[in-house]
Amino acid sequence: MSDLKVTVLNALHRELGAKMVPFAGYDMPVQYPMGVMKEHLHCRAQAGLFDVSHMGQVVITAPGGYAEIAAAMEALVPVDVAGLADGRQRYAMFTNALGGIEDDFMIARRGEEMFVVVNASRKDADIPRMTKAMTGCTVTEVTDRALLALQGPEAETVLEALVPGAAAMRFMDIAVLPSEYGEVWLSRSGYTGEDGYEISVEEGRAEELARALLAHDAVEPIGLGARDSLRLEAGLCLYGNDIDAGTTPVEANLGWAIQKVRRAGGTRAGGFPGADVILPQLVSGAERRRVGLSPEGRAPMREGTPLFADETAETAIGTITSGAFGPSIEAPMSMGYVSTDLAAPGTTVYGEVRGKRLPAKVVALPFKPANFKR
Amino acid sequence: MKFTEEHEWLRVEDDLIVVGITEHAAEQLGDIVFVELPEVGTEVVKDDEVVVIESVKAASDILAPIDGEIVEVNETLADAPSTVNEDAIGNGWFFKIKTDDMSQLDDMMDEAAYKKFIG
Repeated sequence: MSDLKVTVLNALHRELGAKMVPFAGYDMPVQYPMGVMKEHLHCRAQAGLFDVSHMGQVVITAPGGYAEIAAAMEALVPVDVAGLADGRQRYAMFTNALGGIEDDFMIARRGEEMFVVVNASRKDADIPRMTKAMTGCTVTEVTDRALLALQGPEAETVLEALVPGAAAMRFMDIAVLPSEYGEVWLSRSGYTGEDGYEISVEEGRAEELARALLAHDAVEPIGLGARDSLRLEAGLCLYGNDIDAGTTPVEANLGWAIQKVRRAGGTRAGGFPGADVILPQLVSGAERRRVGLSPEGRAPMREGTPLFADETAETAIGTITSGAFGPSIEAPMSMGYVSTDLAAPGTTVYGEVRGKRLPAKVVALPFKPANFKR
Repeated sequence: MKFTEEHEWLRVEDDLIVVGITEHAAEQLGDIVFVELPEVGTEVVKDDEVVVIESVKAASDILAPIDGEIVEVNETLADAPSTVNEDAIGNGWFFKIKTDDMSQLDDMMDEAAYKKFIG
């Protein structure tokens, strides 16, 4: 345990009675005394506070300002970076030469700078990748700020009281705002399908801010367990499970994140790793696709479950990559890859669970419609 | 009531033995979302996998604590698996087993020994 890193809120998690587990090299709360199911439901009903300080926060600057940063970043991602408006955030992904996804992350334009938030499990790869490739830019990991997420329908009211200006933001806006807790960097986004914020705050003020948020009746601390069931209900990918270096954005059904300008025929078409694989797939599709799956009955189909076209076929046509019970939809839910001819909603496939072939229906994602403030 | 190192409890009711998991086990498993029970009439041997529990965290197998025949299962768990969390040693029972050899329970822990076992 001694080589696990801790976030600045580690003592607070323990004080709150969290059960701690190793996650991406950090000692993190998987659940609090409330339990995964109730934490999940509470977040959807009111508001939940998550410690996501293990994620990588990065600021990128360049002598040529945002235009130079965007040009350098566009060589790494299939996303329209140059067209991102000031004060706005966008989903992006690093690709490799084979078109696979090296990480998915958020980019935000903050005046002439870029603010990036990457997965904890990938930051040790992502930061050198940017530093090496984005010559001329200065890539700086932010190591003196914690990252909190406040998610749920009450998040706006709760945060506005502590950080005036938060309520005026809309989905995928970012803002740098003064507060009683020092300068906070807000984005109106998250990983739950609910309205809410991610809040970057100086490490020295993070516990104070977390306690102020938790003091509100509507706010409960939420662990990694419910974070996973919330994101799965929202149809969001977990890097390493649902997407990885061997899945392309088209296979992963993330083609929506590749704007027209970067596609074939666009003014800045291609120019990112794996474009020769990804651009044709955007036009003619891929052999397999990530889909939502609703298993019949109540038993979850978990990651690694092989999928078959029928009850007797010998060759699998896909695999479950995430699976759990959805507390809000009160049913099991999975995501996985199936061959494209079986990817249409309504198709029944069979997962092999404990030696038995059990039916699961392909469904449109998300399982639970999002509740964003657009 | 008797207890196993697999965190099951066994309660003798007339000539049957009712089996469930302990509160400690239910708490460790977390919120239970699905319980797969054996078929009535199944002859089981000690340590056969007889029940599958899916919690929000993972799937776990429950092993038959003794040799015998499954004569009744708790059908209410199909729709209300959380009963196991709420009332592990009461309404959250899994199955009733019939055996000709009650001495199989002799070496099991009593409540005091089990409490010591889980520390």
